[in-house]
Amino acid sequence: MSIGLQSAAYIIAAILFILSLGGLKGQESAKRAIWYGIVGMALAVLATIFGPGVQNLFLIVVAVAAGGFAGWYVAGKVQMTEMPQLVAALHSFVGLAAVFIGLNAEIMLQDVMALRDSGISLDAADLTGFGELLWAKDAVEVGILKVEVFLGIFIGAVTFTGSVIAFGKLAGRVDGKPAKLPGGHMLNLGALVLCLILGLLYFNGAGIWTILLVAIIAGFIGWHLIMGIGGADMPVVVSMLNSYSGWAAAAIGFTLQNDLLIVTGALVGSSGAILSYIMCKAMNRKFVSVILGGFGGTSGPQQEMEGEMVEVQIDGVASALEEADSVIIVPGYGMAVAQAQQAVSELTKKLRDQGKTVRFAIHPVAGRLPGHMNVLLAEAKVPYDIVLEMDEINEDFPSTDVVIVIGSNDIVNPAANDDPNSPIAGMPVLHVWEAKQVFVSKRGQGTGYSGIENPLFFKENTRMLYGDAKQSVSALLQKL
Amino acid sequence: MKFGVIGETSEGEARVALTPASAEQLQKLGHDCVIEAGAGGKADFTDEAYRDAGVDVLDNAQAVFEAADVIAKVRPPSEAEVDMLREGQTLISFFYPSENEALMKRAAERGATLIAMDMVPRISRAQKMDALSSMANIAGYRAVVEAANNFGRFLTGQITAAGKVPPAKILVVGAGVAGLAAIGTATSMGAIVRAFDVRPETSEQIESMGAEFLFLDFDDSDAGSGEGGYAKPSSPEFREKQLALFKEQAPDVDIVITTALIPNQEAPELWTEEMVKAMKPGSVIVDLAAERGGNCKMTRKDEKFVTDNGVTIIGYTDFPSRMATQASTLYATNVRHMMADLTPEKDGKIVHDMEDDVIRGATITHGKEVTWPPPKPKTKAQAAPQKREKKKELTPEEKRAQEVEAFKKDTQFQVGVLVAGAVVLLLVGAYAPESFMSHFIVFALACFVGFQVIWGVAHSLHTPLMAVTNAISGIIILGALLQIGASSWIVVFLSFVSVLIASINIVGGFLVTRRMLSMFQKS
Repeated sequence: MSIGLQSAAYIIAAILFILSLGGLKGQESAKRAIWYGIVGMALAVLATIFGPGVQNLFLIVVAVAAGGFAGWYVAGKVQMTEMPQLVAALHSFVGLAAVFIGLNAEIMLQDVMALRDSGISLDAADLTGFGELLWAKDAVEVGILKVEVFLGIFIGAVTFTGSVIAFGKLAGRVDGKPAKLPGGHMLNLGALVLCLILGLLYFNGAGIWTILLVAIIAGFIGWHLIMGIGGADMPVVVSMLNSYSGWAAAAIGFTLQNDLLIVTGALVGSSGAILSYIMCKAMNRKFVSVILGGFGGTSGPQQEMEGEMVEVQIDGVASALEEADSVIIVPGYGMAVAQAQQAVSELTKKLRDQGKTVRFAIHPVAGRLPGHMNVLLAEAKVPYDIVLEMDEINEDFPSTDVVIVIGSNDIVNPAANDDPNSPIAGMPVLHVWEAKQVFVSKRGQGTGYSGIENPLFFKENTRMLYGDAKQSVSALLQKL
Repeated sequence: MKFGVIGETSEGEARVALTPASAEQLQKLGHDCVIEAGAGGKADFTDEAYRDAGVDVLDNAQAVFEAADVIAKVRPPSEAEVDMLREGQTLISFFYPSENEALMKRAAERGATLIAMDMVPRISRAQKMDALSSMANIAGYRAVVEAANNFGRFLTGQITAAGKVPPAKILVVGAGVAGLAAIGTATSMGAIVRAFDVRPETSEQIESMGAEFLFLDFDDSDAGSGEGGYAKPSSPEFREKQLALFKEQAPDVDIVITTALIPNQEAPELWTEEMVKAMKPGSVIVDLAAERGGNCKMTRKDEKFVTDNGVTIIGYTDFPSRMATQASTLYATNVRHMMADLTPEKDGKIVHDMEDDVIRGATITHGKEVTWPPPKPKTKAQAAPQKREKKKELTPEEKRAQEVEAFKKDTQFQVGVLVAGAVVLLLVGAYAPESFMSHFIVFALACFVGFQVIWGVAHSLHTPLMAVTNAISGIIILGALLQIGASSWIVVFLSFVSVLIASINIVGGFLVTRRMLSMFQKS
């Protein structure tokens, strides 16, 4: 396949990728758009394999087959509650691949330079496509290449270890609480400075050991950075890593002078950046403060809690639901933990069959991944047109009879509105307390992730339903 | 302590101050209860029922006065009843102290304590013992029922095989407790309800009950609210406008319910003879202010009559008594709450705390002294009425100015970003070789396209978005493919691993996205 044909295939692939992302604006168009992505990817890979300068076809086939099988297996097996882990794991792969390819580029650069200096002709050297590119480089271009390699390896390594830790936290294999080594962010800063110094050394001709060290130190930064961030900030972390994996790919694209890689990396990078921005906005927090971990200190005394938490039994909830005309369910991470989405779906169906209006209110940061709740509810066959965003439904709470809060806490905390001293003051929240009656399904009396008292639980129209969400909802189903 | 209730002596009064249910609650407070035989008969509470609830039924009022420390009844006591009070004894009832000053003095001289249920201050803590509201609620309900009873048509609109029935139009004047109850009852019976009140803060309450608030365009419109949430007399100009509004309504409405009262004053005339004449034959007026002369001067107290042009005017003053069972239940509960406040320890010992706003307000004689009128309560009855914010209409100029301002800001920001970006690009371009710049253009454009495209993605599809970006970031496989043929075995190995994991990304990412998207179903 000629270079021209290959470039044409790359252009088509790039357009298809853009279309496949753009198609996600609606549920129906997305189902078509995903095929654009698949076709684009197939086109790009085939054009590369059959393009000039690719050798070792057998190894390629083996690797693709093995990787493809693993991907197919994982995709078919994964539970929807485990999506955050899967996404994090896939990010780590991109990061690792970027590190490897960056290292390869450096090794090959040395080899090719040695060959060129030995006076052998280009044809006799028998180089790969990338090798030929390297052959043609002058001194300035080699300098730029080194910067690109450095960036690719640095971002790739941060992405890799960060994603591995994020995976561990999301899968519950690493403690979800923020943890830091002594020195905290100064340590990160020091490591970053060290990387820059090593990068300068590398740029000025020091050996491959510098860039290897950069990979290791960057890996430490990624590990330490994500260790310091708590569970509920995971939506931001995962989107951020998503963004990094894109930038890593783009940096590698520069190294390889491959426009398709650059375009795709930039698409993914900006997508992750926008998602991070949306998540931060939904928590009313600065991106930097999320990355630096933990909630800021309070600026004054928090609101005193008035009243008491009143417990309710299943019967009470059932009779309130019998009388209600309109019901809104607010799911949170607790629903995912308890795997209650199936029971919730059945409850929804039962209530809808009785002619009641049932809707879901989704806060942007509910769950551990942007849009996590939507996917869980979709899996449980809750129709997506009754699953609404915060902005769409917030005005409807005053005219709602019953709100059921399942496993969410901070996103329904009225203190965000009323109490300027609250750590989450100003965060947009779901105004569930405006409804006539609120039921909160919760494991126990404790506070949420942020450790902030929730005045909602003390309101007159709030009743607490203690116990595992799945069991509570299932018991409720029996009574209706 | 012993709590005793005597029967009502005034004619036609059917209510009673104790029900078997409230007696049980009182006993929990540590009070023994006694009642005069037959006192609850007209309200359908038999002596038997009282006995079952643990109440001693005594033969006559005299016996109750002798036995009990606290006496409760509904209507103000007669002179004979006051004379039966002994020193230290407490009497709870409606009293209307401004009209019964002599009687009040007499009770004070005898050393009895009088608690007037009509003097309970209107603060939120005291709502549970606000008997006036309880009674007004019943009056409002009953007023609609009486009106419907005397009205020759349905209240609700219907479309039947025999033709179309338009809904009745009801005008409620005065949106106090009675007015709001009337509105609620009338709307639930299907009528079209309009309502008016001089206090603008009631408009929200009126609309919340399902009626239309007749808005009077008057600058000084918050002047109608007086102390304690009651209305106060309005200025002549205001009154004129108000009457003009009613005159407009008169020929249109079928039923008028007037409930306008100003504390301690004769009821204001709101529905003039002229308006009555303008109404259609068969229309009904229920005047809940009949006791104080009526909002319509044609009203005859305690009577129902039909005017020459066929309008029925109902001037009953005993609506609560006409629903004696309900009224007794509510009143007895109010009294029971008052007793609960008087026995804070729930040990049957009465503590008459004159420092307490509610008790102080309701007590009109205590310790041989007349303690009426009470000092102003410390807490204000209602939050200062939030003036109904007429949505602040911006003038076109202001709007325009705002838009221009926002536009300028936007422009400044965008130009700033563009200039900064351009400077950076120029700096890069000054040093980087041409081969780099051509890729850099692609990169910058791709970022731009990415930002434009991703903003359009639905929030609910963010997880699929992440999965699909996972898949396409597997494009990094291209890099490994280009390197895998190199001569160094390390390069080959690393490339091999890269191809493998990138393939996982590609296949896994796309498949899981497909799986997720296929789950999204419309109902």
